[in-house]
Amino acid sequence: MEFFVGILNYLVFFAITAGIYAILSLGLNIQWGYTGLFNIGIAGFFAVGAYTSALLCGPPPGPMDWRIIGGFQLPFVVGLLGAAAACGIIALLIGIPVLRLKEDYLAIATLGIAEVIRLILKNESWLTNSVWGLKHIPSPWQVPIQGKIFAFLKTHPLLPAWLQSFISNGYNWFFLALVLLTLGLIYWVSEKSIRSPWGRVLRAIREDEVVAGASGKNVFFFKMQSLVIGAMIMGIAGGFYAHYVKFIDANTFEPLYGTFLIWVMLIAGGSGNSKGAILGSFVIWGVWAGTDLITAYLALSGVRAASLRIIAIGIMLEVILLKRPQGMLGEEKRVSKMF
Amino acid sequence: MTEGSVILEIKKLEKSFGGLKAVDRCSIEVKEGSITGLMGPNGAGKTTLFNLITGFYKSDKGEIWFHEEEITGLPVHKVVRKGIGRTFQIPRELREMTVLENLMLVPDNQKGEYIWNSLFRSRSVRAQERYIQDKALDVLEFLELIDLREEYAKNLSSGQKKLLELAKSLMAEPKLILLDEPGAGINPTLMKKLNRNIEQLRERGKTFFLIEHDMDLITYLCDTVIVMDRGRELVQGTPEEIKKDERVIEAYLGRA
Ligand SMILES: Nc1ncnc2c1ncn2[C@@H]1O[C@H](COP(=O)(O)OP(=O)(O)O)[C@@H](O)[C@H]1O
Ligand SMILES: [Mg+2]
Repeated sequence: MEFFVGILNYLVFFAITAGIYAILSLGLNIQWGYTGLFNIGIAGFFAVGAYTSALLCGPPPGPMDWRIIGGFQLPFVVGLLGAAAACGIIALLIGIPVLRLKEDYLAIATLGIAEVIRLILKNESWLTNSVWGLKHIPSPWQVPIQGKIFAFLKTHPLLPAWLQSFISNGYNWFFLALVLLTLGLIYWVSEKSIRSPWGRVLRAIREDEVVAGASGKNVFFFKMQSLVIGAMIMGIAGGFYAHYVKFIDANTFEPLYGTFLIWVMLIAGGSGNSKGAILGSFVIWGVWAGTDLITAYLALSGVRAASLRIIAIGIMLEVILLKRPQGMLGEEKRVSKMF
Repeated sequence: MTEGSVILEIKKLEKSFGGLKAVDRCSIEVKEGSITGLMGPNGAGKTTLFNLITGFYKSDKGEIWFHEEEITGLPVHKVVRKGIGRTFQIPRELREMTVLENLMLVPDNQKGEYIWNSLFRSRSVRAQERYIQDKALDVLEFLELIDLREEYAKNLSSGQKKLLELAKSLMAEPKLILLDEPGAGINPTLMKKLNRNIEQLRERGKTFFLIEHDMDLITYLCDTVIVMDRGRELVQGTPEEIKKDERVIEAYLGRA
């Protein structure tokens, strides 16, 4: 029984991370799956979301900190909204010069901005505390909930160990519920919008933006909406991440974790299909976590383990693209479906 | 809008690509309600002229007037809104979308194109979607593409893709339709159907301006033919007059 609860506790932890990745994938799905916008700087938006929310909701700088700004201790929801807004503004600023040009420029611009953001996180210590990162980011409602749980356990000392273990993990269940609720909301928005005339225009732009323009659609404006909305969703994921892990620094948002994995998730799951994006996130995060267990079991060194895991993911992606290029769940045939 | 008034007027239009003058002080008039043909040897600048009219290219000089309103330099989507539809010489279908979706995209100013309406005002968006779908089904019925409505556009034959191009341009309810070589690469049966469609549409008040090489087709369909050579209009007349004109023969032979 204790073993079972241990696994359950791990699964909750697993699902929180996978759920955050699923939010990121839904953001990318709007940009790439629907509109064909090639964003390879997801990590940048992820990071901006995390830092923004952490600075809005976190504690003021401590005596050992370099940063002189932030720590407004605002509510969690404000942090998420701020994260979304910050990412939306950055996407807008990238989009204005770039979205009128050929599509390759967006790839270059997003990659470049992500790198600039990473450098800012590393070097602008007044804002980001540079390599020391941001600490003690509060998890939403953790203090009251944990308090109640501890009080309960104290007054019930005779409960079996497995039940105590289960109950003490209660806060993570709560956090998981928050993640899944948000994921569900974003899923609803992206499903409803892709099936609408709005989504039809995005898909037309993906197929051939000249044709979309010839049909009287303002291609630039639609691409901008897609880029901004996708980025805002990524920002929200960043916010959740920061408040879950409580400590972030520049290395948290390396391109491998912040960009590459999310692309794999979307493509494996089924680009253009919101359910596919979510499924892909859980499956690929499962494979990723599984290979972690395997390399740990084989007692491989950090660098070798990491490269082996990347190879494993790469092979898996290759197999999917060869056997099922549309992903596990491809795009549906008739997407426009308002009635 | 009296019969025979000018719907499209091009005045001394110019467009160069590097040193090459693709369109060179070209002046052309198209009469409302006509089926006007545009001929000329390869490279004469016909497609470029269409691209200038529809806003795909910006002209260097000259003016374009539509319904006594200047439209020179308007972006593509605004030209469409004025009532000029076009088909592409090489069909450009939205490949991974169904035939029906290809058509339903076209109508302008759909409420549901505003994401806010699509999320929170789905009732009125749905009503409009139903209307647009009915219209698309009508067009598909008319062009006898109805059985293909749920097919991916990429799976159509090349002839069917040409019809799809026409269907798409009809969805915008244009007054003037520019067709770039509608007959190229489609079989005689489909061609007859296309001719019939064009005539029926003209009877419904549409004007056609079409690039075509096939003289038989031109003779059959067009009231007026304009011949272009080296970026400029060369002759204008009825198909019979054009056939006899020596300058035309020379233009074609001179390049052969
Ligand atoms: N986008 C372009 N860039 C450079 N040259 C072009 C372009 N479009 C057309 N041209 C040139 O302009 C001339 C006219 O081309 P086009 O209008 O396609 O002729 P047509 O349709 O009458 O056969 C040709 O010499 C062609 O090579
Ligand atoms: Mg041509």
